Amino acid sequence: MRISMDLELQDRPGQLIHVLTPVSDLGGNVLSIVHHHDKKTFRNTVPVYVIFDIEEHKLEELQEGLEKNGVTIVRIGKMRLRARAHVLLIGHIIHTDLRQTIDKIDGTGFAEVQDLSLSMPAIDGPSSAIVTIMATGEEELNTAIALLKDIAERKDLLVIVPIGESELSGGQHNAE
Amino acid sequence: MQNSASPFKLAIVGFGAVGQGVARVVQNVPQLEVVAIADSKGVALTPNLADVLARKRAGKSIANSNLTALDVIRTVDHDVLVEVTPTNIDDGEPGLTHFREALKNKRNVVTSNKGPLVAAFGELTQLARAQGVGLRYEATVGGAMPIINLIRDTLAGTEVLGIRGVLNGTCNYILTRMAEEALEYDQVLSEAQDMGIAEADPTYDVAGIDTACKVVILANAFFNRDAIFADVSVTGIEQITQDALQLARQRGFEVKLIGDVQELTVAPKLIPLGHPLNVSGTLNAASILTDTAGEITVAGKGAGSIETASAILSDVLNLMRARDKSSCNVEIVF
Repeated sequence: MRISMDLELQDRPGQLIHVLTPVSDLGGNVLSIVHHHDKKTFRNTVPVYVIFDIEEHKLEELQEGLEKNGVTIVRIGKMRLRARAHVLLIGHIIHTDLRQTIDKIDGTGFAEVQDLSLSMPAIDGPSSAIVTIMATGEEELNTAIALLKDIAERKDLLVIVPIGESELSGGQHNAE
Repeated sequence: MQNSASPFKLAIVGFGAVGQGVARVVQNVPQLEVVAIADSKGVALTPNLADVLARKRAGKSIANSNLTALDVIRTVDHDVLVEVTPTNIDDGEPGLTHFREALKNKRNVVTSNKGPLVAAFGELTQLARAQGVGLRYEATVGGAMPIINLIRDTLAGTEVLGIRGVLNGTCNYILTRMAEEALEYDQVLSEAQDMGIAEADPTYDVAGIDTACKVVILANAFFNRDAIFADVSVTGIEQITQDALQLARQRGFEVKLIGDVQELTVAPKLIPLGHPLNVSGTLNAASILTDTAGEITVAGKGAGSIETASAILSDVLNLMRARDKSSCNVEIVF
């Protein structure tokens, strides 16, 4: 799970290690650290903003470890699901276990199925569905789409994915 | 060495819709001379173009000699073979033999026939290079929409990183009508067949085969792939339901059959409504991603007799200019 934290450190050299060591000891992976030396608090501490991946069940232990090291935790946030895509499915969707497919995506920890609209014109005819997936980032979104594609194709459904962003315009997502 | 004032001589092999379109457009270009036209039934030598077009329209034979198409290619003096027989993706014939014979006889080849290029791209381009003649095929991809010469000439010096597009007008027409009129696939297909937009056996278009051939040609031309048809992962549009298109529309998307040259895939994809590839009806569109020029998108008529002939004419005129330039250079040197 991706976590963001606002922390406060003592304004002394060598404090950052008190943040990094507990994260690393619990198998976490630090993605970004912003050290706000210029925004010292009235408590004479320095605000630090850090983003990392860590397993959800280790979060509590991490908090204890940070506090024991004298780090003040101001705020903990799970990362917002920022990226969104729609995927069309066509075929005998009802005969396949749709719940299981959704659970697999929700179980990734970085993506979830947010919406699903289904259209069933005839009992024996193919149905159509559009699935909305949200993920923590573009990369995670692509992984989730690939997962859905893989499951659906094994169930003999036609999967229509969004046209990818071209590499040069990568980063600017569809404004929706 | 021919001097620049001499006419540029064409032999047209294949006299269906595209061949007739070529005969019509070259009438307007005085420097071009058609020395022979071959269809499946016979050969017209030094044809009067208006006359053979009228005979063809009336269902009469155009033949005025006992030669075959291959005899023309081997023995009748011409600068460029315009090979416009129908595409055969199994073995590229009879086009492939026509191409080989023309190149061996040091004739330039201009074509709209995808078959030989899908079957033997590497062999044919090497043969053309070895013989010092041109092999040009703008008309094989996107009809009148410029793409191959656009990349090769206008975008010279940029590196092409990717090409993807809507490359089949029949599929695009069917998907557009289904989405706009809320009609089912079978009904729109019948309508397209009535209008002559889809063939009686529509498989070649709707199963994505035609798009895959274009992907192969572009991959070989610009990514040095030496790809063949079997290398492309192909999904067609036959399974697409009207409901699916409406669901997509409610969220701001259309479904288009997209050929992706770098990935070697053909598949229906969701395209945002404002996306430059979102063209409707029988139009084609392609986006070219380059290192220095960014992304460039072109759109145009992907089929039609005169439209395809316009792409062939552009290739023929480019070859003629190259000849005139090289003979000029020779004159300057001496």
